[in-house]
Amino acid sequence: MPSGGLLIKPLFSHGPVPGYRMLLCAILAFALMFAEHRFSRMEDLRAQMTTVVAPIQWAVSVPSDLLTWGSLALSDQRALVDENRRLREQLLTLSHRVQRMASLTAENVRLRELLNAAGQADMPYVTAELLSLDSDPFTHQMVIDRGRRDGAYVGQPVMDASGLVGQVTAVSAYSSRVLMLADANHAMPVQVNRNGLRFIVQGSGRYDTLNVMHVPDTADIREGDLLITSGLAGRFPAGYPVARVSEVVHDPGQPFARVTAAPVAQLQRSRHFLLLFPPPTVEPEPGDRLWDETFSLIEPPMELMQ
Amino acid sequence: MVAIGLRGTLLIWLSLLLALCLQVMPLADVWLMWRPDWLGLMLIYWCVVMPQRVGVLHGFVLGLLLDLIEGSPLGQNALTLSLLAFLCALLYQRLRAYSLLQQAILIFMLLGLVQLIEQWLRTIVGPFSIHLAFLLPSLIGALLWPWLFTMFQMLRRRLGIF
Repeated sequence: MPSGGLLIKPLFSHGPVPGYRMLLCAILAFALMFAEHRFSRMEDLRAQMTTVVAPIQWAVSVPSDLLTWGSLALSDQRALVDENRRLREQLLTLSHRVQRMASLTAENVRLRELLNAAGQADMPYVTAELLSLDSDPFTHQMVIDRGRRDGAYVGQPVMDASGLVGQVTAVSAYSSRVLMLADANHAMPVQVNRNGLRFIVQGSGRYDTLNVMHVPDTADIREGDLLITSGLAGRFPAGYPVARVSEVVHDPGQPFARVTAAPVAQLQRSRHFLLLFPPPTVEPEPGDRLWDETFSLIEPPMELMQ
Repeated sequence: MVAIGLRGTLLIWLSLLLALCLQVMPLADVWLMWRPDWLGLMLIYWCVVMPQRVGVLHGFVLGLLLDLIEGSPLGQNALTLSLLAFLCALLYQRLRAYSLLQQAILIFMLLGLVQLIEQWLRTIVGPFSIHLAFLLPSLIGALLWPWLFTMFQMLRRRLGIF
């Protein structure tokens, strides 16, 4: 290769026009996209390969970590004292609530036993920390520092201190990718906490807005209603706060009311998360029939027929 | 000669990896739109200056890495970046003869075209609509091009890499 420093290169040397290589790359790229779209085996391959870029992800998150650490180290005493006081107050409030919670839980267990209903166990979890946010402005994903080694799995629910954040969509050895509620690709079943009405909530692509889909104009849903997970899709456990209804608009020209809600979780501000481990849902046995077919209509008494 | 070749390869890969890091550096949400297309710029530079050494395959490998980091469908950025390298391989003689201003305009068109194709690919696999704001990174990249080009030419001359 004539790349010596002393050789004079002709100005209009004709380099190779890599048409065949371009063709090869295009075919390869399309094959990859197709394969990932179609075959679930690609997830394993991708997880393996993501481990290769883990050093880059780590290196990229160093400056912001340093900045956080630096601002903590340089923050003045007054701010720290203030924060400490605030945290103490919060601790007091929370411990007060926990005390009430203990008696309520006991009461709830007793009532459930009375009603012969299924018990609800506490949910195990691991904590996780934000590694990096997605650098793409059109998606809402983030990478957290728990991976397959810590038991994370695809579809796992992720929470922060105040509510549901999203679900895990890809897992590598030491990190995993979380799709947030606000992403336009994300939808989930919810329930109005006040009256149990069920809806689907879809992300809008903005951090502060979720769309509640297909709400009839007559449905009893109001501004300020809390939406909680209904647990119906089998992916999120029931009863965790998701969003608060921020606006209900009835437009006579539209088939459904336009309802928007704001996520309860602080999607843009949280750094610490919980990965929940809900108990596995009971899969129906292959022999089980979905409906009890011994059910039959009872003939009404003759007095009523007449 | 071998040492110079090695040094050149090292500089090329170091600068490309640095550009990749800048490309995926976490930023505040407001600033994401305004991030120039670092990786595209760096790739164009090396493709124009050293078409014998840097080409389509470099674009493919870097795009694959970018896909893995960003979590986009595997092969999406690989396709767009190798296409960018291919266009550069077709255009590099013309680009070398241009003035810096003309170069910047051509860079804007190249980056804009590649971004447009990326948006198309995105709409194929996902429910996204195309915003006109996707042209901002290429515009800023084109504004940065004269400085980047001059700086790297000087760096290359200093290190004696041709």
